[in-house]
Amino acid sequence: MPIQYYIVLSLALFCIGIVGVLTRRNAIIIFMCIELMLNAVNLLLVAFSKMHHNTVLAADKATQAGIEGQLFVFFIMVVAAAEVSVGLAIIVMMFRNTHSVDVNFLNRLKN
Amino acid sequence: MNSIIVSALMGMVMMFSGIVTNSKQSIKNIAIAAMAVLLVAHLADANDIFKININVHGMLNFNRFGMYFTTLVIGATLLYTIISGDEVVKVGANSADYFALIFFVLTGVSILASYNNLLMLFLGIEILTIPLFVLTGSDKKNLKSNEASLKYFLMGSFSTGIMLMGIALYYGASGNFNIDVNRVANEPVNSGILIPLGLLLMFIALAFKVSAAPFHFWTPDVYDGAPTVFTSFMATIVKAAGFIAFIRLFESRSADMGVSWTILMPVIIIATLLVGNVTAVFQQSVKRMLAYSSIAQAGFMLFALVGLNDVAKEGLLLYTVAYSIATIGIFSILLKMKDYTFEGYNGLAKTQPLLAFANTVFLLSLAGIPLTAGFFAKYYVLAAALKQDTSILWLVIVALVFAAISAYYYFKVIQAMYFKDGEAAVSEIKPSFKLTLLLLAAIIIIVGIFPTVVFNWFYF
Repeated sequence: MPIQYYIVLSLALFCIGIVGVLTRRNAIIIFMCIELMLNAVNLLLVAFSKMHHNTVLAADKATQAGIEGQLFVFFIMVVAAAEVSVGLAIIVMMFRNTHSVDVNFLNRLKN
Repeated sequence: MNSIIVSALMGMVMMFSGIVTNSKQSIKNIAIAAMAVLLVAHLADANDIFKININVHGMLNFNRFGMYFTTLVIGATLLYTIISGDEVVKVGANSADYFALIFFVLTGVSILASYNNLLMLFLGIEILTIPLFVLTGSDKKNLKSNEASLKYFLMGSFSTGIMLMGIALYYGASGNFNIDVNRVANEPVNSGILIPLGLLLMFIALAFKVSAAPFHFWTPDVYDGAPTVFTSFMATIVKAAGFIAFIRLFESRSADMGVSWTILMPVIIIATLLVGNVTAVFQQSVKRMLAYSSIAQAGFMLFALVGLNDVAKEGLLLYTVAYSIATIGIFSILLKMKDYTFEGYNGLAKTQPLLAFANTVFLLSLAGIPLTAGFFAKYYVLAAALKQDTSILWLVIVALVFAAISAYYYFKVIQAMYFKDGEAAVSEIKPSFKLTLLLLAAIIIIVGIFPTVVFNWFYF
């Protein structure tokens, strides 16, 4: 399959994520949309990694080109997990104080 | 390399010191000692006395500029710990953890000052921001702190997502993650839409981090809601780290963005200066005014990105010193005030003449009055932009007009302190606090008279 399909698919997922972050009001759903954005990036990185691998493969059978793209994906997963643990802790802390995860609630606190 | 490893180690030392002792005073002293150790270890690295050598496969590149920037940042954090350490331990029950998180932030700063690979840029930004989410929300019972922390977290991870998309597109077109700091600038690698688009997305994400308009909207709420000590840290050291990430990425890559770069920069700079300065004029609370003023100062720091030459780097170093020291000083005085509004400062000159004097020096420096460090900081970044491109003169004039506007709200504080009657309520002030405050004011004035002392070392 040509690389364009992958680019379009992951850009579509990414845009769904962005629209979700900007329009939804539930903190958990915003959070899920951010994860969607990160996973769209992961998909794109893997596709590009395979693409770079294939271009070099014709000339050199033992090539390791494109491997760093997949390594990057692992780093994104690790960091996203760390971010999730902090983020959920923050949401739980807010829920304890306000009994709601609605981000509109926050605007009422503005002076 | 030393600063990355030692700061992570010192962070762990601080975490365990919370188990060993419960005394807030001794935790603060351990933190100051650990910070001093970090500074010494980094200086040993910078002067080639002792280096920890690890093969990083070219993912990090330790040049003079990055090393020197790290020195300044660690030095500023040391001063911050000395002057505001008492307030840090008061925020909540886990005093040792706050210092541990500050050390982890410094790890991120050290990586950002030396990255040569987009993977390291990503990791540096994340190591820098994740501890900040926790610090922002550290006042757990306070709803404003909760709000600030959640907002910062959502905006922070949103901008990370955008940056990652930029990195992925860049990788797709170029086939690797290297940015090659030492590459000769001004030669585009190849044509095509992916590289400019990727760089644009990374630009947007970094603009989020340094709170440049139109990506600044989270800044006032987060800075206002976070515990004031941590606002002081975020507005100075973290912001400067965002700029070094910026300048390292675009000093070799801005040519790839082509003509869009020359359109983008003036628009962002004018928007940032406009939003920061004009909104700051209408604030009632000094803390919120400082949040907007930090946006306005980011507008000036962005001129270093227009320049992207040696003068611009000197200017950024000078700006880091001038802005960080002055803002840390102002926040440390703000922390002693009972009332954060402008009225709260009424008559401070009568009750606490020394605090009022130091505060005046810091505010004059932020406004960019000659004989303070802020003047030369602004002068260098603007001169760098002009040296690069004289057709940008109109932009420099606009910036000077905004600098004049900024004097208005800084002078409002000075006016309240000296010319208005009132009983400014301050909490108890130790002699050591006054001494450190005088040291900060002295640094501002000395750098303002001899700006070359800051970067004389830069070339040795």
